Amino acid sequence: MSEKQIHEQTIEELYAEAQEHTINVGDVKIHAKRMGGKFRNLKWASNFLWLIFFIGPYLRLGDRQAVLLDIPNRQFHIFNLTLLPQDLWMLSFVLLFFAILLAVVTALAGRVWCGFFCFQTVWTDVFTWIEDKLEGGPAKRRKLEKAKWGVAKIIVRAKKYFVWFLIAFLTGVSFTAWFTDAFQLWVDIFTLNASSTVYITISMFIVGTVFLAGFLREQTCFWLCPYARIQAVMIDDTSIVPSYDVKRGETRGRLLKNKPAVEGQGDCVDCNQCVAVCPTGVDIRGGQQEGCIMCGLCIDACDAVMEKIDKPTGLIKYASWDGIMGKEELPLLKRPRVWVYGAILLISVLGVVIGLSSMESLELKVIHARQPLFVLQSDGSIQNRYTMKVLNKMNEDIKVTISVDGSEYKGLTMLGAEHQIVATHGTVTPVTIFVKVPRRNLSEKSQPIVFTVEGKDSEGNVYQSDRESVFIGPKR
Amino acid sequence: MSEHNPFPDEGNTGHIWDDNIRELANPAPNWWMMAFYASIAFVIGYVVIYPSIPLVSSYTKGVTGWTAIGEYKAAIAEVEAIRKPYEDKIAAKSAKEILADDDLSAYVEASGKVLFGDNCAACHGTGGAGNVGYPVLADDDWLFGGTIEQIQTTITTGRKGMMTAHATTLSEAEIDTLAAYVVGLSEGKADEKGKALFTSKACFACHGMDAKGMAALGSVNLTDGIWRFESDDLLASAKQTIAHGVNAAGDAQTRNAEMPSFKDKLSEADIKKMAVYVYKFGGGK
Repeated sequence: MSEKQIHEQTIEELYAEAQEHTINVGDVKIHAKRMGGKFRNLKWASNFLWLIFFIGPYLRLGDRQAVLLDIPNRQFHIFNLTLLPQDLWMLSFVLLFFAILLAVVTALAGRVWCGFFCFQTVWTDVFTWIEDKLEGGPAKRRKLEKAKWGVAKIIVRAKKYFVWFLIAFLTGVSFTAWFTDAFQLWVDIFTLNASSTVYITISMFIVGTVFLAGFLREQTCFWLCPYARIQAVMIDDTSIVPSYDVKRGETRGRLLKNKPAVEGQGDCVDCNQCVAVCPTGVDIRGGQQEGCIMCGLCIDACDAVMEKIDKPTGLIKYASWDGIMGKEELPLLKRPRVWVYGAILLISVLGVVIGLSSMESLELKVIHARQPLFVLQSDGSIQNRYTMKVLNKMNEDIKVTISVDGSEYKGLTMLGAEHQIVATHGTVTPVTIFVKVPRRNLSEKSQPIVFTVEGKDSEGNVYQSDRESVFIGPKR
Repeated sequence: MSEHNPFPDEGNTGHIWDDNIRELANPAPNWWMMAFYASIAFVIGYVVIYPSIPLVSSYTKGVTGWTAIGEYKAAIAEVEAIRKPYEDKIAAKSAKEILADDDLSAYVEASGKVLFGDNCAACHGTGGAGNVGYPVLADDDWLFGGTIEQIQTTITTGRKGMMTAHATTLSEAEIDTLAAYVVGLSEGKADEKGKALFTSKACFACHGMDAKGMAALGSVNLTDGIWRFESDDLLASAKQTIAHGVNAAGDAQTRNAEMPSFKDKLSEADIKKMAVYVYKFGGGK
């Protein structure tokens, strides 16, 4: 205890509500206290990131939606990029990237996703903020909860549910708007012209949002969410996470009016503020635990108290267990985990980059007929049948020519590609082709053969794509 | 059963065995009762809406009139409606006109697979790959001609090839010579002795002077490398065909080669579709 005597009033304030906040064991509803601070501001900032989800669908590019996941037409438009089902393999790299990003961030700085970015956290935060504004602080809310239903309670609750419903409805509409024209969607919804899929999706979002963010809240993180469990095993003693400085804080004890502290008493004054502000209702002083989503709000609370009683802040802080215990911490670059995760991240980024850069406007796929593999013709030649699939990713239909590289095949003739073919834009145009080679000119049972498709757009740009297939003949 | 109840205050049913085993009358949990009543409500709703209660010669129809078979029929009708414009055109056009129409022939190629699989593939193989004794449909060698009309006729009327058995009219040595000659022909070898015998025994009457066969008779082209009854040993196979013929009456060892008529099995439109489908395997002329 410092030389200075702490003002009596401060002490009284400190413990005024210490009893109200209890640790979450699932028996009562958690009503977290809201207070300002560094992490509170950070949390608002990360919450606002989700506005992209609401605003994004209204961005336009030319005469269409800038980002449109057009499932009926099997086309994903992302600004200038158009992805067709053929490009879907890139999605696996994108998913890999985010999975590993989650792992690497969690290993280094704990459940950053859970604490700041997860929709469950963000929506719950906003929903409880609304509750706080409409119904008052935790004490008032608890009282209201116990109060008998009457006109006053109905009005205050109805207001809350209405705002919740509005947010939930917007959430559903915003989600749907990514998949269909956003402006038309609003018109369709209110003129009752939208498809049943739209209404069902929005209804499910309304129910889901209100239930999960309004009622289930932190219980979702405790009992429903698998990531919460997965992330627990990604954290180790070197991960920087919100931690209670055990060495400094213990033995914890209350401040007493006009009396000096007991010998050996730590800096924790047992004011319970860290529990009071915790959105999941855990006691961070118990150490790392499943309920902690690592949002840092307890740091704000503890720092505020420390300032009030003239002690250094940081009794609860972002630190690793090794750091708290005074062990030497391994620098980031010397941790094998950082390297392994980094390498996988790099691979996934490379995969997407290569995929995007190698995307061609005109693509050729060749499918060799399997039944029969080859046909002997009456002139003694071997005929193979191919289905050419010409994929045109441009915005206009173009005429294309299909050719074959016959340099390895003496006497090769190709049937079915004599004329130019119209390749319809945004889809695959199939063309059946027959290739004939005299039997005596075949050296192998199966030989490679290369087809080429070439076309010109209206501006005169030439597009070309090659594809290797096989030419199959009888056993030699 | 006990005469007097030793546990009067716990709300048991009075059924007590062995002094202390007794049946309690605890109510079912609330959630269970709610689910129970919800189920009853569901059943009532279901009975009102859907067909459900069997009567003597009929059943309750439900207010919506929904039936599973009705839904199925509606779905079929939907598909038929999509197909109708194509099917109407196919019925109105000849096989040749269908072939010339890109849209229609693409429709036939896409929709003909099931029809071909059900009626043709058992003998001719998927994709017209053929089988031993059953001609390959994907090649350009046709016994009865490969124009679209000829293919249509073949499917409509069926075909029965015929070749007389020569085991009694030719000596074994002559059969050997002729077999060697026709196998040689397909490999491009000249054989004067064989050619003389081919002419003197009047094989040309059916197979033609150039041995290339005649579509009108269904006689086979002997000069190409395509063998319908091909086995590993071409020479032995040729000998058997010469000696015992094809569909020769009274010869137990004769080759059987008969294609049934599909006139009664398939509609005229379906036959046209199959003709186009087969034509497009790559061998049509």
